[in-house]
Amino acid sequence: MNWRRAAIATGFAIPLVALFSYGMTRDPREIPSPLPGRAAPDFALEVFRAGDDARDGPSPGDTIKFADLRGKVVVVNFWASWCLACRDEHEALSRVARAYADRGVQFLGVLYSDRPASGMAWISDMGGQSYPSVRDPGSRTAIEFGLYGVPETFIIGTDGRVSYKHIGPVTEQLLIEKIEPILPPVASQ
Amino acid sequence: MTRALGASAVLVAFGVALLGMVLAVAGARLQRYQLIRGAYAAVYVNFGLLLVASLAMVWALVTHDFSVSYVAQVGSRATPLFYTVISLWGALEGSILFWGLVLSGFSALAVWGGTHLDPRKRAETHADVERLMPYATAILLGIGAFFYLLLVFPANPFLPVSPVPPDGPGPNPLLQNHILMGVHPPLLYLGYVGMSVPFAFSMGALLAGASGGSWIQLTRRWTMAAWAFLTAAIIAGMWWSYEVLGWGGFWAWDPVENASFLPWLTATAFLHSVMVEERRGMLRVWNLSLITATFALTILGTFLTRSGILSSVHAFAEGEIGYWFLTFIALVLIFSLALVAGRSDQLRTEGRLDAVASRETVFLFNNLLFTVFTFTVLLGTLFPLVAEAVRGVKVSVGEPFFNSMTLPLSMALLFLMGVGPALPWRVASRGIVRREFAVPGIVAVLIGLVIAVVAGGGIYAIAAFTFGAFALTINVRQFVVGARARMRAHGENPPVALARLIGANRRRYGGYVAHLGVITAAIAIAASSAYKAESESTLRKGETMSLRGRTIRLDELWGRQEPQRFVVGATVSVMRDGAAIAQMDPRLNFYTTSEQPITTPAVRSRPTGDLYLNLMAVERDGSTATIRMIVEPLVPWIWAGGMIIVLGALITMLPGRERERERVVAQAPVPGVPSRVPGLVPASPLIMSEPDARGAGS
Repeated sequence: MNWRRAAIATGFAIPLVALFSYGMTRDPREIPSPLPGRAAPDFALEVFRAGDDARDGPSPGDTIKFADLRGKVVVVNFWASWCLACRDEHEALSRVARAYADRGVQFLGVLYSDRPASGMAWISDMGGQSYPSVRDPGSRTAIEFGLYGVPETFIIGTDGRVSYKHIGPVTEQLLIEKIEPILPPVASQ
Repeated sequence: MTRALGASAVLVAFGVALLGMVLAVAGARLQRYQLIRGAYAAVYVNFGLLLVASLAMVWALVTHDFSVSYVAQVGSRATPLFYTVISLWGALEGSILFWGLVLSGFSALAVWGGTHLDPRKRAETHADVERLMPYATAILLGIGAFFYLLLVFPANPFLPVSPVPPDGPGPNPLLQNHILMGVHPPLLYLGYVGMSVPFAFSMGALLAGASGGSWIQLTRRWTMAAWAFLTAAIIAGMWWSYEVLGWGGFWAWDPVENASFLPWLTATAFLHSVMVEERRGMLRVWNLSLITATFALTILGTFLTRSGILSSVHAFAEGEIGYWFLTFIALVLIFSLALVAGRSDQLRTEGRLDAVASRETVFLFNNLLFTVFTFTVLLGTLFPLVAEAVRGVKVSVGEPFFNSMTLPLSMALLFLMGVGPALPWRVASRGIVRREFAVPGIVAVLIGLVIAVVAGGGIYAIAAFTFGAFALTINVRQFVVGARARMRAHGENPPVALARLIGANRRRYGGYVAHLGVITAAIAIAASSAYKAESESTLRKGETMSLRGRTIRLDELWGRQEPQRFVVGATVSVMRDGAAIAQMDPRLNFYTTSEQPITTPAVRSRPTGDLYLNLMAVERDGSTATIRMIVEPLVPWIWAGGMIIVLGALITMLPGRERERERVVAQAPVPGVPSRVPGLVPASPLIMSEPDARGAGS
């Protein structure tokens, strides 16, 4: 047995084992979003269903421009009628949107990979929705937000920067916790 | 009760494996045969124990005994019996149990084979096998001990569940959607686990100091068997993916697909280079390295599937088990690298390369290409991990990398598959080269030109047809020339001559049959990807869509509740000249445990290719359906090619007849083969007795 040669050969195993050990500490499914802390992508989306409480809000056919919402907290929720998890979070979204509507928070439901007609039917089935729904032809906005799947929710601060991103269904408590600290100063008093 | 039986069987197996290892090594060191016999007994006992544990699990699954943790995890009263039984390997713990069963079975077979050698062969050919068997047994028991340990701790399928749930969730929906799930995983385990035996023999030979000789034949035979299973498993996996996933493809370079492909590459390289060792006494260290690499890659593949360190569609649930595998990989690598490097002095090469134009050279190029292929796939698979470790960025390596890197290598291998069989050992004269390659070369160029003009499809499609035609012509020619020689010499009719030709030279012609299978599959893969057409439409009932001259009509949409799922299907007619000639029914299966529906595409196969329909979506009121229509030429030939490869492997493994063995002893050594070099026992009797087909014909 040539021990020197054997020792040298085992050296080749070290980098591989080290690499795998490192790999064990990582989660390959976790895809970090570059968005939180950065400016949200600009968008202009057409409304296909007005919010239930819309008094002076946008009506179907209007276009909501991100630039016009500056100064408000914007909650963008991507959803689809074929998405089961979206059912779980729907009521939470609708209630929190209603509660904060007068405090400078604008909710938007962006329909992802779906037809507006299916989306309308779904909302009726779910008992309505307090905030407006917009369509995203070609999923352009979804792509710009780096959408991984539905549902995903982005909370954008008054400065136009994404302050929080959530993958999967949100809860009422989570929304309130994330919205409260960044409410527009005047409205929060 | 079932639970206690299974759990204790596994626990005892672990103890027996450790005891057996000690007995084997002590027996070999002290030259005490009783101890060694005890180690062999441990191997047989473990097979019995694992059989008991596995049957206990199957029983628990079938009787819906939800007090057993694994059953509570994958069982369901609504799941059909077949899928209940095969859920034995459907999730992590069960798959390790099945692995343990296969490993213990193979170990028992290996020990039995190694201790019941053919007594008619000369005793000297057995000496080295007898010396290495105790060590090989210790290695097999050591690998076994690791897997039984997993079953005792991190992957224990027999944990108690309290309170006992009334029903379970059932297997992963993807795993209970197609009958091939009963075929692909067990074949894969047979292939993967089978590679443990050649590894154990190699390590045993090094430990025992058995330098060269007949153990390499035993190793080769085991590698061939495992390779055949692995080949069948990979093809079955491709087929399953094609029949279930609904995208009309069969290979995505997913890390775990690559993990099954990597040991296949090194094992294929070994099956070729081992012939150089048997014939010429060369490449010994290299062959040992290939065997070791093959085994290490099977464990790597298992680690990748079960640790969750790479993102893959195949990944099992993650957990601490990754660390166990990591430790095992580290041990295997350190042990085998040290042993191969430290003992390589014993493995002196006897032969020498004589000429560039010879079969040895082709084998060297073959091995070079397979090695580069292996490293390329390994690099692409692990690169996301390397990139994150070194630069902290998330990257994914996909098809473009793998295709652009591996297609040229595949073409070169296809070409060599033609060159190799046509060249003789040692040196080929210019006359032989001209005689062997003129006609196939012309045929290949003509076919390439025809494809380029008629079909186009890009450089690789044309190259695949050209080199495929070249290799096909040469490999078929081997059968024709050999059979003709027999017809002349023995006056046999063609089928008899062909059958006897193959029968008398199983290894050689089995290998050529495998080549034919590979060529068939390679051409079919090239054609199906280069000439694929697809289109997607939303149809109302009665509406039609067309693609490549094929028309389909949506007739009906239906829904049906089945015990374990809700099925939505479309009845589609295949039209010709305005009349329906066939019906197809692509479906969507909704399982309660899955958010997304699982598709069941409908495939209509003809020798020219497949018509593939996938139901993408259905309007709730049943008015319209969105259907993806794919036309893929030659796809059935991929599966046929796979079966031909396995047939070839089977031919090489058929036991030889007595008559030939006698002939070897009587026959003079083939000129140029150093049959009496000290330390080198004559290579396989079969190979030495091969009458050269060309020699006999000219």
